[in-house]
Amino acid sequence: MSDTALPNTNIAQPDRPLVTADGIPLKQKLARTTRTMKLRALLLTLPLVFFVFVAFVIPIGQMLHRAVHNPTVSEVAPNFAEAIQDWDADSGELPSEQIFEIFVQDLVTARQNREVGKTVGNLATRINYEIPGSRSLFTSTARKAGRIEQGPYKEALLEIDEDWGDIHLWRTLQRASNNYTLAFMLAAVDMQYDKDGDIVQANELYRIYIPILLKTIGLSALITFLCFLIAYPVSYLLSTLPLRTSNLLMILVLLPFWTSLLVRTSAWIAMLQTEGIINDIMVFLGVIGDDGRIQMIYNQTGTVISMVHILLPFMILPLYSVMKTIPPSYMRAARSMGATQTYAFFRVYFPQTTPGIAAGTLLVFILAIGYYITPALVGGSDGIFISNLIADHIKKTLNWSLGSALAAILLVVVMTLYWLYNRLVGVDKLKFG
Amino acid sequence: MKIRNLLAGTAIGLAFAFGPAAAQADDLTVVSWGGAYTKSQVEAYHKPFIEKTGTNIKSEDYNGGIAEIKAQVEAGNVTWDIVDVELSDAIRACDEGLLETIDHSALPPSPDGTAATEDFIEGTLYDCAVASIVWSTIYAYDTTKITGDAPSTMADFFDLEKFPGKRGLRKGAKVNLEFALIADGVPAKEVYDVLDTEEGVNRAFAKLDTIKDEVIWWEAGAQPPQMLADGEVVMTTAYNGRIFNAVAGEDKPFEIVWDGQVWDLDLWVIPKGAPNKDKAMEFLKFSTATEQLAAQASWISYGPARKSSSPMVGKYHNKDIDMGPQMPTAPKNLENAVQNNFEFWADNADQLNERFNAWLAS
Repeated sequence: MSDTALPNTNIAQPDRPLVTADGIPLKQKLARTTRTMKLRALLLTLPLVFFVFVAFVIPIGQMLHRAVHNPTVSEVAPNFAEAIQDWDADSGELPSEQIFEIFVQDLVTARQNREVGKTVGNLATRINYEIPGSRSLFTSTARKAGRIEQGPYKEALLEIDEDWGDIHLWRTLQRASNNYTLAFMLAAVDMQYDKDGDIVQANELYRIYIPILLKTIGLSALITFLCFLIAYPVSYLLSTLPLRTSNLLMILVLLPFWTSLLVRTSAWIAMLQTEGIINDIMVFLGVIGDDGRIQMIYNQTGTVISMVHILLPFMILPLYSVMKTIPPSYMRAARSMGATQTYAFFRVYFPQTTPGIAAGTLLVFILAIGYYITPALVGGSDGIFISNLIADHIKKTLNWSLGSALAAILLVVVMTLYWLYNRLVGVDKLKFG
Repeated sequence: MKIRNLLAGTAIGLAFAFGPAAAQADDLTVVSWGGAYTKSQVEAYHKPFIEKTGTNIKSEDYNGGIAEIKAQVEAGNVTWDIVDVELSDAIRACDEGLLETIDHSALPPSPDGTAATEDFIEGTLYDCAVASIVWSTIYAYDTTKITGDAPSTMADFFDLEKFPGKRGLRKGAKVNLEFALIADGVPAKEVYDVLDTEEGVNRAFAKLDTIKDEVIWWEAGAQPPQMLADGEVVMTTAYNGRIFNAVAGEDKPFEIVWDGQVWDLDLWVIPKGAPNKDKAMEFLKFSTATEQLAAQASWISYGPARKSSSPMVGKYHNKDIDMGPQMPTAPKNLENAVQNNFEFWADNADQLNERFNAWLAS
């Protein structure tokens, strides 16, 4: 070891970096070591990243894409979809004879095509979403189109059905020929294209999605608030009782939490229905007459009651774990300095529980807004949530584009509310325990 | 030790879960509506078919609609071999290429040699579907609950003053709108003409409005007889066979009102890419033969789709009840009846269900 080496490695000299024993600058060596450690840590999270990507990012991306992407027309009638783009819908005249000819040829080809997703039926269903009642126009015309042997095709088609002279129909076909469409997103917010291609609100009698969405948000807020009202005193009690008693009570909170969702919902049906336990007891006690049984289920009341019960543990647990960390001496200190019980509670105790309240309300609200099974079972006709309509479109009407559009709207609403929440409360203040 | 036990348990569990499924891979999966209706098919079709061919049949229930068929076909993972569907669904699924086409000439002729295409009632054979029965949506009441004047017309169903109490209706626009218009005085023949106009639809919904607060909605065919039996409703719309079987099989005091009935077909369809397509076709041919259709009519009051079956329809299988007058197609029951217009519903179901849902939630 030379005399000059020591000061070089120990005391920083601006032009000569610190070096490790093997001569590599210390900074580099450190960076290399931490990089390998970071990589190793990253490798450990890879399964999660992969899982989130496959089970979360891709499906949600697909859903968002499907909400605006519907290639039915260009798949069923590819030549027509290209040709119709040249037509000027605002000219007030029907498309040219040539476009009619291509359309008829495409219809005839499509009719022979039995490939799933590329039949005239698919085309008819697609246009029927925007012009209700036009479905049979396509299917019956396709049946007869094979008999058209020569032009003029425009006249032949008009002879089969005069509805083919409707500019609105062709305008819709032109719009739908584009693989990307706003039609389903519009439908999801109760809007539509009118005959002139302008975006307008749907007929009042057919508006359903916005009212149900607002109702979903309103009921979720109500459920969250009720959960908070009930959970706060319970959590306080749990956190102040001696351990032995509070553990026992905690089991009472957790037992329903561990019970299947379906079982709990069915239990509420047995309790609340008109021939159910609660009504029976009230009739027995003479509170109500036998013919005055109260309808407490298959409506909003049923949905709210069962969902408050089901989501309650999600409010109690964060509240409890936060309250558990607040030393009782704080309240005693406040009292000893002359604060009344109420004053001490609101100035000293309550503010310290806000992280728990924030976590609980966020958790319950977001769980509630996407709830599906409970409203479906006990919601009847007016206690349903937006998710029930999404399920309806995925499972029953098979309008997957509209279902996706509704889901996209729900996602946007939840994200917006979360953002608002973050601005108002601050997500960093959340405390789950 | 513990872990070994656990492993052994899991293995046995797995064997139970997958063992029988694997063994049944080439069983024929027949899908229908469950309850009394599936039972009638099991007695009249499945049992003799198993006996004749030795093929095992796995019977599954569903609640109608083409969603499951569509999902299976599009995912390329078809597990259903043959499905009992309503007409409008059969037409739509066929249009969208979800079904195998069926060669009508392969269907067995009637006992006297009439070709199948002649023997089936008009409008019961389609490119992808073969009808088995004519069924109907009617309304029924409990005779022990309504003791005075008995309801006899569709208007009575909507008359809360004369007949107070809860009503049961199927959740959906189909059939309910027809019923509402008939109750409002529209002749059965003109129902779809009226319903094809905006005013007609408004009129139907206005009529439904009058009973909305008293309605309990049902979804599965087995529900309405249960709701009547439980006293949850005093009257309910229902599939006529379900009510008949509750009366004949379980001695329930129910009475059917045929006025304004809406009748429809149930048809066999084979999803495209069905795993046992050939066997499914065999089963379809077997079950729609004259004798089988007639035999089914002794288990449930649905009318056979073949003309040659009608004379062979006798009595209920274990009771002295003539089945003829119980059929939707009996002349007396057809006096004021509507045939479900599949084209109207294929065109308008999406829109009207949307309005129905909006109406329901408001």
